[in-house]
Amino acid sequence: MRRIVAILLLIIVAVGISLSLAKIPFGVPKTKVGRHYINEGVEETGAVNIVTSVVVSYRGFDTLGEVTVLFIAAIGLGAVLTAGGKEKTGKTEPASLILSTGCRILFPLILVFGTYVFIHGHLTPGGGFQGGAIIASGFLLIYLGCRERRISQKASKLTESLGGLVFVIIGLLGLVSGGYFLLNFLPKGTANTLFSAGIIPIIYIAIGFKVGSELAGIIDNLIEES
Amino acid sequence: MSFLNNYIYYIGAFGLILIGLYIVLVKHNLIKVIVGLGVLDTGVNLFLISVGYITKGTAPIFSRSGIDPELMVDPVPQALVLTAIVIGVAVLALALSLAIRLYQHYGTLNLRKIREQRW
Repeated sequence: MRRIVAILLLIIVAVGISLSLAKIPFGVPKTKVGRHYINEGVEETGAVNIVTSVVVSYRGFDTLGEVTVLFIAAIGLGAVLTAGGKEKTGKTEPASLILSTGCRILFPLILVFGTYVFIHGHLTPGGGFQGGAIIASGFLLIYLGCRERRISQKASKLTESLGGLVFVIIGLLGLVSGGYFLLNFLPKGTANTLFSAGIIPIIYIAIGFKVGSELAGIIDNLIEES
Repeated sequence: MSFLNNYIYYIGAFGLILIGLYIVLVKHNLIKVIVGLGVLDTGVNLFLISVGYITKGTAPIFSRSGIDPELMVDPVPQALVLTAIVIGVAVLALALSLAIRLYQHYGTLNLRKIREQRW
């Protein structure tokens, strides 16, 4: 019964959606605002990666909100999992030789790669969110390979808070110096070099640290629980 | 055939969304419901990206000179999806942690059985 109702509902949804989607052409430019970002973005923000200039500069306030959502999700997970938590000190099996050796060699390389991705966020595909996710995957490898190692919760929380703080302070500095939040008050430099685009790389580095430590903290909480 | 060529991404994205909705509506196992939410999330992301796509387009990055700006895909949906993916992961982890707590409390992940119990 439940299944039939669900299928009927989905058919109605599918028909409605397909009728409206038939009006949206595929593969042609649709939004004017996207065209504006592409045509003027490099001059206005100094970042050659237009996606980065949208995320950090044009929609920087949105990104602050999204970082906050991520922060709340991580805090909520920590609160749910550690509330009234009993310390479990179960023996863990050591990882196999291949995994424990491999993680020691790969972990620094993954860290360097993740850092590269978020430092070059305004030049190449990538940025703070992607680099942070790569770094968190390196910590996951450590948890799988060297099972007795733990990251320090305090250090992870400190990095996370500092990342968020740098983002907000830079936004407020823009407010002080030019009149609106997240104003790009630093010199833009020449496009396509590492030191360009003003505040964009700084904010993306802060986001990279924040996302990396947050996701690593989530992994830590989930592994502690199991 | 040209219909398929033009709309295959939309069809795929909404296929994923509908599959995810079906799982959420029908399944009783909480883990399966969470997996369904993950599928739905992926479908929405894929749909946003395919709305911004331009036929034979490239990434919106001026990494070398001589790239035609007219052929660059729309950067706005990409910027939205970029953050949505990371947030999706965090929200999925939060849902799984709630599922862990529910299992510890009720000893089952079956939503129907959880609903029958009083708390």
